[in-house]
Amino acid sequence: MIDVEHLTKWYGPVLAVDNISFHVERGSVVGFLGPNGAGKSTTLKIMTCYLPASSGRVTINGLDVLGDSLALRKQIGYMPESVPVYPEMRVCEYLMFRAALRDIPRRARRGAVARAAERCWLSGPEDMTRRRLGELSRGYRQRVGLAEVLLHNPPVLVLDEPTIGLDPAQIRSMRELIGELAGEHTVILSSHVLAEVEQTCSEIIIIAGGRLVAAGTSGELRQRVAGPSHVVAQVQGPAPGEIVRAIGCLKGVSTVQHSQRDDWTRLEIHSQANRDIRGAIFDLVRRKNWQLRELRRATPSLEDFFVQITYEQSMKQTG
Amino acid sequence: MKTLSLARKELAGYFFSPLAYVVGALFLCACALKFAPPPALWTGSRDFFILVPGRSASLRPLFEMMARAMIVVGPLLTMRLLSDEFRSGTIETLLTAPITDTQVVLGKFLGVLGFYLALLGGTGVFLALMCVFAQIDPGVMAMGYLGMVLLGAAFLAVGLFASTLSRYQLLAAMVAIVLLSLVGLGAGLLARHTPEPLNHIIANFDAMRFLSRFARGQFDTRGLVYFLSIAGWFLFLSVKTLESRRWR
Repeated sequence: MIDVEHLTKWYGPVLAVDNISFHVERGSVVGFLGPNGAGKSTTLKIMTCYLPASSGRVTINGLDVLGDSLALRKQIGYMPESVPVYPEMRVCEYLMFRAALRDIPRRARRGAVARAAERCWLSGPEDMTRRRLGELSRGYRQRVGLAEVLLHNPPVLVLDEPTIGLDPAQIRSMRELIGELAGEHTVILSSHVLAEVEQTCSEIIIIAGGRLVAAGTSGELRQRVAGPSHVVAQVQGPAPGEIVRAIGCLKGVSTVQHSQRDDWTRLEIHSQANRDIRGAIFDLVRRKNWQLRELRRATPSLEDFFVQITYEQSMKQTG
Repeated sequence: MKTLSLARKELAGYFFSPLAYVVGALFLCACALKFAPPPALWTGSRDFFILVPGRSASLRPLFEMMARAMIVVGPLLTMRLLSDEFRSGTIETLLTAPITDTQVVLGKFLGVLGFYLALLGGTGVFLALMCVFAQIDPGVMAMGYLGMVLLGAAFLAVGLFASTLSRYQLLAAMVAIVLLSLVGLGAGLLARHTPEPLNHIIANFDAMRFLSRFARGQFDTRGLVYFLSIAGWFLFLSVKTLESRRWR
């Protein structure tokens, strides 16, 4: 459905997107993750025909962004991050105007606007359609942007930070709406909120420093967290130093970090090759007649992976 | 049609904008002051005014004054057309919609032209007053207004082009004023002070010269070609400037 091949974008001397390639299947929901300035918005703007690439190719449904720009723009609904609107226009006027630009026939426009407004909570519980766009809060402007994108029911939706400015209930509703759109539409959304991307997207693409540093499902990415998992334990014994030494001598333990909380020693035990050493720790504590009040294996999160991978990328760029 | 939808949106935007009302009001007030002396307030010479007993029933001085005023009024009306879109970011949603750059430029142009025609329509009150006090030649008046429409189209196209160059409205207005001053004032001034045959060549760029002919009631095809060429050329440049974003 969407093919991005060796996409590169220079802003003068600054390389904003560096040789990115990926493929998006029809009907999937793909999340773009990345720190500020990573190149997410630039990539989305190239895909939506707003900016030209310096090199590379993007095709959506077989249409090239450069050669078939007009035909392609009919198939995309794009919501920029800032949701720019015309402050003097009313919500309904703006949506009618956008419906006209989207070639929706005149007699079908009112119905399309009403449906989109309802779907994006603009007509209920409080009717916001007669309000001027300049008077709306950020959250409501976000909803107007989303309604505009849904007007012409495009096969591809590109949403740049779609939940910024929404309250938690609206974020949940937005997530559900995006989930409903999957299958019928191909959705690409960018976000800084990892939890949102994990829950909403079937695939995640992580961009850092203009480069694609990882792509896959959230499960696949979590498993790629470099280094072994670690065990957290809280032990009470004769002396912290003795506890740390004894744990450190266990087979498979690579490093032990500790801190003291009252009489309890909190340990983070890193093992080699993802070995589960909880059993060995329990046996040691029982043998030594120490007290144990916590023993768990810390599973890596997507946030761990994201922080790790973007840190590595920034180190590569500065080093 | 997308061009007309955009034009309607722009026209409606002018009627919401305080600047357009201020500019329009000042323009019409200036026309009113030229047309008739303020009763009981003016004790000086009445040669400056139009509706004065004994003078010929002609709106030519008014058309010439309006034409000079358009050097500033035109840029003030056009400065927000695209500059505002660049500054606010709405250009992003506009250019990612399935609309061509030509449709964008034409839609904006028709919108501002519509507002200008409404302003010109407001000067119809002076025509009506003149009809009350004198026998006018409708053909002469019609040519005068045609000249103003053509001049307005040309000047507004220049202003629109200047608006595509910058995200700052004031800068766009200044660029347009400079360009219009060249054809509206500079060419005539230069033509009077340059030797032959240069003065003839430069005189053919003087917008006021062509407008004067229309104001006298002459249908001058040279003027028609001149104004339409300026309008066409600067609309073309506007389209190309907008297009250049797609390959910068």
